[in-house]
Amino acid sequence: MTDLLEKPAVDVRIERTDAAPAATAPLAASSAKRSRSRGPIAALLRRPGVVLALAIVLFALLTAVVPQLFATHDPTATAPADRLLPPGFAHWFGTDEVGRDLYSRVVHGSTLTIAATALAIGIALVGGLALGVFAGFVGGTADAAIMRVVDVFLAIPGLLLALAIVTALGFGTLPVAIAVGVGIIPGFARTTRAEVLRVKTLPYIEAARAGGASWGRILFTHVLPNSWGPVVVLAVLDFGAAILAVAALSFLGFGAAPPAAEWGTLISNGRNYLVTAPWVSLLPGLFVAAVVLSLNHLAKSLEEVQR
Amino acid sequence: MSRYVLSRIGQAVLVLWAAYTVTFVILYLLPSDPVAIMLSANNVEVDSLTAEQRDAAVARLGLDRPVWEQYLGMLGAALRGDFGTSFAKQIPVSELLAQRLPATVTLSAVAVGFALVGGVATAFGATLLPRGRVASFVRRLPAAGVSVPNFWIGLLLIQVFAFTLGWFPAMGSEGWQSYVLPAVTMAIPTAAVLAQVLIRSFDDTLDEPYIATARAKGLSRFAVQVRHAFRNAALPTLTILGLLVGATVTGSIVVETVFSRHGVGRLAQESVLAQDIPVVQAIVVLAAAAFVVVNLIVDLLYPLLDPRIARTPRVSRA
Repeated sequence: MTDLLEKPAVDVRIERTDAAPAATAPLAASSAKRSRSRGPIAALLRRPGVVLALAIVLFALLTAVVPQLFATHDPTATAPADRLLPPGFAHWFGTDEVGRDLYSRVVHGSTLTIAATALAIGIALVGGLALGVFAGFVGGTADAAIMRVVDVFLAIPGLLLALAIVTALGFGTLPVAIAVGVGIIPGFARTTRAEVLRVKTLPYIEAARAGGASWGRILFTHVLPNSWGPVVVLAVLDFGAAILAVAALSFLGFGAAPPAAEWGTLISNGRNYLVTAPWVSLLPGLFVAAVVLSLNHLAKSLEEVQR
Repeated sequence: MSRYVLSRIGQAVLVLWAAYTVTFVILYLLPSDPVAIMLSANNVEVDSLTAEQRDAAVARLGLDRPVWEQYLGMLGAALRGDFGTSFAKQIPVSELLAQRLPATVTLSAVAVGFALVGGVATAFGATLLPRGRVASFVRRLPAAGVSVPNFWIGLLLIQVFAFTLGWFPAMGSEGWQSYVLPAVTMAIPTAAVLAQVLIRSFDDTLDEPYIATARAKGLSRFAVQVRHAFRNAALPTLTILGLLVGATVTGSIVVETVFSRHGVGRLAQESVLAQDIPVVQAIVVLAAAAFVVVNLIVDLLYPLLDPRIARTPRVSRA
């Protein structure tokens, strides 16, 4: 929801940096851009905040792919004697109400949460690109109709749209991912359409058309590769927001069924022990906050570099 | 002028109708077996039914009619304020909403108030403080406010202010004290967005020549910012007002669940869990209506505040 505001500003800026050199001298611009991009990224990596953020994001992604490498305990092994232990050397995040190691549960929770988030972003990318390219490329009535529908979806608050979809599809990781993904399609469709409309008017499209290329060929070899850049940037920006949405939905109880645990479910389960064992809820939450904050910090730093 | 007003109102009505249609499509056409969902939400054991019993139940719920007939019938009823009957609670949805709405509206109003104060104060702090560690810390606050999960902030506040310090109750809705923690939780993401937009807008406005003129006349930085910069910098934030209301409405779902308050947000969570389709639809349409109405008000106010807008059509509606 909140990042919707950031999108237009970001896109415009990126469009501008791409468009200006491309229109004047494509060859010189591309080599200049390459040398330019190597410099700032190296500079970025010298900033401690960026390195820390990158490390946290990489850690989260790695735990999602190979949780067993990072987990210190079996995430489902119960030990009633060790229930609700505070954080310490044996259990980094403490233990929950049946003695399961919380750190290992968070690490294993990454798999479900990150997978759901990636799927949501994938749905938004594919759906948004398809709608945006179709609307921007065909134009006319189809364009107007699609954009009106997109406007309507933007008028329904994201989480509520997701709730409606979850009601219809049922509960679990997959429905949550679909619900979050559909909710962010409109933003992607708008951005893609704006890009396609810009690319469509460039001289090389006219040249390709004059050269006898079919509309389909122009679409797939000229328009699409040149218009999806800002959309990919948007996808990175939206990853953090999507993690928050997935976590919120699983916190509300619409996620995977127990004993599997997503980040939101872990936080929600700990609520019952807030008085006696606050870490059960607060430490997994801190982890989620750290990951999302790092993602946003990375996106913001990248955006600054491109300026 | 009146044409501008009429076209804005027409657009708002159209968007609202379309939002209703979208929720109808999602909730009634998307499920592979809507009948099963509705029957089980009505406490009917679907598996134990014979074909005749099932048909009878379907006829009783009016699900055997063609889709468009169901749609038109429900749309007509919704226009008269009748959103059907809750499957789970067996009382009219409108009655249910009337019971739950006041609590949420009060809480949201308090939260929006907190968000405005917090957001504006943060923006002033970030732009007024002398450049240095404190200023750059305040500048980073909004980014943190956007990134931290709302429900986690709520739990943290409960832990610190209710259980450790004992200043405010952790749950329930008695007395003004019970409003503080949930309202602060709801306000934080909203305030963060507001501060982000306002800081950016301040940065642009403070570069304008008339600011330099005001400073040259000997006004203090604070006076210039309050009297000259703020009114111009605040205009762009008006356009995101609708978005902020939307964020507050969705915030109430999580916050009312965390703080165990009986409001529309909690009702939404319960209804989704029970797959209570009519209630979910009514809440989504209600939220869309709130968003559309606030945007309409902003659209109508804008020409009064900034006469340049009146004639030229706005490029994008946030």
